[in-house]
Amino acid sequence: MSKRLFVKGNEAAAMGAVEAGCRYYFGYPITPQSDIPEYLSRELPKLNGEFIQAESEIGAINMLLGASSCGVRAMTSSSSPGISLKQEGISYMAGAELPGVIINISRSGPGLGGIDASQSDYFQSVKGGGHGGYHIPVLAPNSVQEMYDLTMHAFDLADLYRTPVMLLGDSVIGQMKEALVPNARPVRELPEKGWAVRGKSGAEQRVVKSLFLGDGELEAHNWRLHAKYQVMKEKECISEEYETADARLIVTGFGSVARIAHTAVAMAREEGMKVGLFRPVTLFPFPEKALAEAAGRAGKVLVVELNTGQMVEDVRLSVGAAAQVCFYGRPPGAGSLPSPEELLDVIRKQYDDTAR
Amino acid sequence: MQQVFKRPQSLKDVQTHFCPGCHHGTIHRLVADAMDLYGVQDKTIGVASVGCSVFLYGYFDIDVVEAPHGRAPAVATGVKRAKPDNFVFTYQGDGDLAAIGTAEIIHAANRGEDITVVFVNNTTYGMTGGQMAPTTLVGQKTSTSPYGRDKSKDGSPIRMAELMAQLGGVAYSARVAVDSPKHVLEAKKVMREAFGYQAEGKGFSFVEVLSSCPTNWGMNPLKANARIGEEMIPYFPLGIFKKEEA
Repeated sequence: MSKRLFVKGNEAAAMGAVEAGCRYYFGYPITPQSDIPEYLSRELPKLNGEFIQAESEIGAINMLLGASSCGVRAMTSSSSPGISLKQEGISYMAGAELPGVIINISRSGPGLGGIDASQSDYFQSVKGGGHGGYHIPVLAPNSVQEMYDLTMHAFDLADLYRTPVMLLGDSVIGQMKEALVPNARPVRELPEKGWAVRGKSGAEQRVVKSLFLGDGELEAHNWRLHAKYQVMKEKECISEEYETADARLIVTGFGSVARIAHTAVAMAREEGMKVGLFRPVTLFPFPEKALAEAAGRAGKVLVVELNTGQMVEDVRLSVGAAAQVCFYGRPPGAGSLPSPEELLDVIRKQYDDTAR
Repeated sequence: MQQVFKRPQSLKDVQTHFCPGCHHGTIHRLVADAMDLYGVQDKTIGVASVGCSVFLYGYFDIDVVEAPHGRAPAVATGVKRAKPDNFVFTYQGDGDLAAIGTAEIIHAANRGEDITVVFVNNTTYGMTGGQMAPTTLVGQKTSTSPYGRDKSKDGSPIRMAELMAQLGGVAYSARVAVDSPKHVLEAKKVMREAFGYQAEGKGFSFVEVLSSCPTNWGMNPLKANARIGEEMIPYFPLGIFKKEEA
């Protein structure tokens, strides 16, 4: 049996990156994710890796772009305002089809906002936060263990699809300490990086670029990227279900709020209500089919988010007319994190309204 | 018969898209000459920036990464850290390097990244149609300084080669011009020296090249060429501002 550690979510993500073979990290200090650069500034030099504290978030994402162009596994991390600055580089990486992992331990906004747990970056993360119309896979861990496991998964997805991949958490997940079993990196067959620059060495020139000016070139490029997103939707959706089989109300939420909702659903079950939890783990691709099935069986979905309503739009698109969708949100800010009891009250009300 | 002049091996045998009288072609040739001298074509990774020079992968027969506007020194940092045995250079214009990319160039230089930066200063934004650049001379009319650059509102042109020389991580910083055979020969020597610093692992090297932009200056190639000596060199003096002996 593997050893068990007691670590913070942020450290777990950094450990997962190292286990995944990431030896290059570029970042900039920002709360509440600074444990990640701190950990890697200590560990990467021991592994002959490179750690750079960049001049800015923009500098860091472009260092990631450069390192990734060479075919190595590389990562950056930040929190919401810093992720905004990185969007330029993420768009260029999406356009040039460069792998790379970006961790967003998000905070509250808009603007300087605050450092409290928040899910206000959902739209920015899943709808293509930069210019030009693209998507990147977005993974939403809800535990320290998942911070570790999903970071490794993010590197595999990045290499498999030649795309930046984002891990979206918040201070609840990043700062929380719990048990971690540091599993070995999963074995997955990945394509050769025949596109990476290396110095042409007498062979064909390789160019990593996102500028396409030839007649029809960019249109074809965009359709090819679109086709890639469709494959991701087919193959890469991950979700978790709890007590959904006979549920007449499905509660859904991602990341930190799903942890709270899980407790609330368990309490509702104790009260005899047939309630289940559907947790999307991939936010892009969104687990549309699995959610539509569960929602269709139940007839009603309650979406819970730490914002004024973002993922709820994807839930509505997913379930269509198959189920009624209602929403409960707590926008971020000090003291705004709902308790299980608060969510239980909401569940009771929504359950009473329709199910009983 | 002895061949005394030929295309550098690192350049492709193609025509460029540059305007008549533009100096990019000459500067490309000088960069290729330096690559050939050290025999590094096969292990060079160039970083292209946004502007007229973005197409350098069409002219240099080397691996290239395209950087967002101004970010070439950060991209080159990532490349060089991942591939320390490769030869890495950026090729950037004045809008790219001295305006939107100021943070990236200063910090890559200050870290002493072992890369070479070729900085083409033509006192204007070329590709976007001749707007005011950080290097535009006081009084110079451009499409966004129609009354001439006003020092009290727009500030003074930035002398990047001198600025670079102040930074601890910089091993070599120089300014050259390519407006006359004499200056081209001097520029060739400087370019070789700058690339030599990287070839020998001596640290960050920077070459500013004064260049003409006849199209956006509204001049014919000969007049534009003459402007370099008449107006630019008096403000942007040629010379080597830092040369660290390793």
